[in-house]
Amino acid sequence: MSDIPQELKYTKSHEWVRVEEDGTLTVGITEHAQGLLGDMVFVELPEVGESYEAEQDCAVVESVKAASDIYCPVEGEVVEVNEELEDAPEQINVNAYHEGWIFRINPSNPDDVDNLMNADDYAALVEAEEH
Amino acid sequence: MTQLNEAVIEDKLIFEASDFTRKSSSLAPDIDVDTVTKSLPEHLLRKSDLQLPQVGELQVVRHYTRLSQKNFSIDTHFYPLGSCTMKYNPRACNTLAQLPGFTGRHPMAHSSMSQGIMSCLYDLQNMLMEATGMKQVSLTPMAGAQGEFAGVAMIRAYHDHNKDDARTEIIVPDAAHGTNPATAVMCGYKVRELPTNDQGDVDIEALKAMIGPQTAGIMLTNPSTLGVFERKIKQIADMIHEVGGLLYYDGANLNAILGKVKPGDMGFDVIHMNLHKTFSTPHGGGGPGAGPVGVSERLQPFLPVPMVALKDGQYYWLTEDELPLSIGHLSAWMGNAGILLRAYIYALLLGREGMQRVAEFATLNANYLLQRFADAGFEIAFPERRASHEFILTLRKEAKQYGTNAMDFAKRLLDYGFHAPTTYFPLLVPECFLIEPTETEAKTDLDGFVKAMELILEEARESPEVLKQAPYSLPVRRLDDVKAARELDLNYYQSHAE
Amino acid sequence: MPYIPHTSQEIAEMLSVIGVDSIEQLFDEIPPELRSDGLDNIPSRRSEMQVQRLLTEKSMQDGTPLCFAGGGAYEHHIPAAIWEIATRGEFYSAYTPYQAEASQGTLQVIYEFQTMIASLTGMDVSNASLYDGASGLGEAVLMSVRANRKAKSKRILMPATVSSVYRQVVETIVKHQGITLDIIDFDRANGTIDIDKLKQQSEPFAALVIPQPNYFGCMEDVHSLTDWAHEQGAMVIGLVNPVALALLEAPGNWGTQGVDIAVGEAQPLGIPLSSGGPYIGFMACKQKLVRQLPGRIVGRTVDLDGKPGFSLTLQAREQHIRRSKATSNICTNQGLMATATTLYLAFMGRDGLQKVAASCVHNTQALIELLKTSPGISFPFGTSVFHEFVITLPADVDQVIEAMAEEDIVAGIDISQYYAQDGLENALLICVTETKSPEDMAFFADTLNKVISDLTGGAQ
Repeated sequence: MSDIPQELKYTKSHEWVRVEEDGTLTVGITEHAQGLLGDMVFVELPEVGESYEAEQDCAVVESVKAASDIYCPVEGEVVEVNEELEDAPEQINVNAYHEGWIFRINPSNPDDVDNLMNADDYAALVEAEEH
Repeated sequence: MTQLNEAVIEDKLIFEASDFTRKSSSLAPDIDVDTVTKSLPEHLLRKSDLQLPQVGELQVVRHYTRLSQKNFSIDTHFYPLGSCTMKYNPRACNTLAQLPGFTGRHPMAHSSMSQGIMSCLYDLQNMLMEATGMKQVSLTPMAGAQGEFAGVAMIRAYHDHNKDDARTEIIVPDAAHGTNPATAVMCGYKVRELPTNDQGDVDIEALKAMIGPQTAGIMLTNPSTLGVFERKIKQIADMIHEVGGLLYYDGANLNAILGKVKPGDMGFDVIHMNLHKTFSTPHGGGGPGAGPVGVSERLQPFLPVPMVALKDGQYYWLTEDELPLSIGHLSAWMGNAGILLRAYIYALLLGREGMQRVAEFATLNANYLLQRFADAGFEIAFPERRASHEFILTLRKEAKQYGTNAMDFAKRLLDYGFHAPTTYFPLLVPECFLIEPTETEAKTDLDGFVKAMELILEEARESPEVLKQAPYSLPVRRLDDVKAARELDLNYYQSHAE
Repeated sequence: MPYIPHTSQEIAEMLSVIGVDSIEQLFDEIPPELRSDGLDNIPSRRSEMQVQRLLTEKSMQDGTPLCFAGGGAYEHHIPAAIWEIATRGEFYSAYTPYQAEASQGTLQVIYEFQTMIASLTGMDVSNASLYDGASGLGEAVLMSVRANRKAKSKRILMPATVSSVYRQVVETIVKHQGITLDIIDFDRANGTIDIDKLKQQSEPFAALVIPQPNYFGCMEDVHSLTDWAHEQGAMVIGLVNPVALALLEAPGNWGTQGVDIAVGEAQPLGIPLSSGGPYIGFMACKQKLVRQLPGRIVGRTVDLDGKPGFSLTLQAREQHIRRSKATSNICTNQGLMATATTLYLAFMGRDGLQKVAASCVHNTQALIELLKTSPGISFPFGTSVFHEFVITLPADVDQVIEAMAEEDIVAGIDISQYYAQDGLENALLICVTETKSPEDMAFFADTLNKVISDLTGGAQ
């Protein structure tokens, strides 16, 4: 079983979400997802200032054999992106939950995050997918 | 494991053999360049470097001849690449297509100087109509993917012409070639993915749930990419037609049914054919292909131009003057005429008798191999089904037990002198091998292939590391694809600038 | 049986392994009511000898005329070794190099091809080729719209000096994506883009296409055009003839920044005319656009032992992985044609290609000089050209072409059919390459004069 930190929220498309002190949300892909995709070779980041709806595709992570869309977990505006991934996409493989973060959004409705999965639900989802 | 690659000599890039002070070419005209350039506008002249290699003629010949020897090819190896139909490319097709009257003809030459080639293309149109049961054929698409584009563009033109603009969706099975959804999007459609059931047929209940007035059409390959015949094709055709949609036939596997069943009779409205598969034109290391399209009566007005027509003994081009509703031109002229010519020659050599045997012996070879692999203990993806011209093995058991995946088996096969089958396609079947032996392979080669797989299976059991490190005997060992993608080196002069 | 090696004993053994009685039984999953084995309209098989005779007759029917037509398909000398090597079975009968270790030959050739195209065009990176120049321009237009989202426009400025045939193909390819092609008029006096009309564009646009040389053989003022388009926030697509690039500035160096995408038809580099195909489109771009580049791309990397080798890379953009989100539906490149092109450029080298180009210019000027004395012929756009030029005739252009054909000459292309509404009547586009001798040109001029004289009743 891969690492699923208790303090984060999750989506069924395998993004993790951290609620920051200023109310913004940091988004990345889970340890489980990076393992499935394999060695990252490129990340297409969203543009700062763009707004996305919940579950709208807003970024792409690319490994040698696959390209996968990243979906915006809740409606909001992108306020920062992890530009270091442009030169070092492997950070997602090395540390999906910290250096491998992808973008930060300012959610339109801060309560939306409550609708996301908690760590236990996500662990169950991963478990189910593996069988 | 012995290193077998010691004998392979390091080959340089042509640029590394270049010397700009060398002046040895007899191939270029003798002329003083500087005198001529004075007549051209000075500010438009090239001032940047032109870095093309200066190498002697023999050295160029040797460089590329040696490079050719680093390839596996049909002419040198069994090449059971599923879905790609790697069968013998008769030499006569190439030799005759390169006759000077054909190669020297300018595409805009007057039709009085073009009756020979036009007669060939006209006859080919007719033969393809007969083989597919379609009403009319246009030869102009330059590859299967362009044929697909033409096909879906015609579906769209048909609905647009009928002012039926609520049709926004194209249905594509999950097992389909990646070109199908990519093409539908290029034509401005949304893609609905249709699941496959455990027998390899499309899920009829799921289809029922997704069709309606929004359905523009469905794209199907039959036999499917899973190597089985879609038995409910007639029911599917009726369902789609009832809601006003059209059926697109991806002709990638036409070779499996040639002379047995025709797409036109199955209810398809439009099809493309991959001439480099069914009609054995060369794959050329990845092209050129040719992807003619055939249509039923209702799509006839929308065919891409030009086509060849015959009147009073004279061949002439059909253009948008005669077909004002045509989807238009896909290439500057008549598509890949030189490839079409090769297909025409192949069809003449086979004749109707030979064409029927294509499907028969491709199917015989596939089913024989399937049974031999089943007997050897390999898991067949659809064991209940008859194989078409190809079939799927799944190596998931081997992956789990020995940690050797399909890619490891593929790479080890290369050491045994066999090109690997298609791996990891269709995506539905885990750790899969899609195997297409084709009709031109002899039983002894099929037996040799089975033997090699048996040996590799034994190696997987006893020393799986051997597979994971393979190949050993080729010009290079396994390549670092991650480095290739992360540190892009696509241009020698850019990446190796002094 | 043609190409089927099975003996009857082998067939029997194979059927017995499968557990069926006949080959026919293998088709038992096809619903019987759909079966149809009629191939009546396909002729019965012929021997290779018979087919050779038939095809030889058909090819001779079209003859080997003296060709002065261009317009996107050019007759150049093709060194004998090119097709000897390109049609070696190892190149001819290999597939797309999915198994890199077993395809290093094809892969290295493509890497060399990419390097040569990048060098010719002055761009950073090239793909492994596209179907042809016309469809390549279509792909370049799609790419420019994908890559220039900032323009917030799907409008492309397409000069009338781009081949009308090319424009038609582009239209077919891009029309379902909401992209519009706005045609930019040409200057009647010199046959190049009408810069005043171009600069009247006030709405944003995604890209400007600049042909060099253009369809009339004339040379566009590429530097100022490129800079102007970039100032408008648009991309620039350079549509170039690869032979001309031996003498004319590479698109990567047009203006202050160079174009964003260079595209064109590489047929002049070692590919025969062959009725228009198979040809080979090339496309190169700036490094920062590489992920938007459609088609196959080969990269250099290392193997397990650290030894250099080649493999397909950036495949995640492609249809077989990305499916409905791919950059294009393209699967193949024109592998065999790319091999021939690479061979051509290797045989010619820098000096050789410059000589070919210079010889084209020289011969074209020589024929222009001959025709200047022809009564009734005029040069609507002047004569500062690369290897093609337009003349207008004092007689019906179709009749002239037909009469020239009777003398075994392909006289050129009737371009009035595309530009009649622009006042170009009885206009003929003529091309002269290095393949034409002084005698060929004299024969052309004499025959043309005679044909015109006959058609005008000697009035000229």
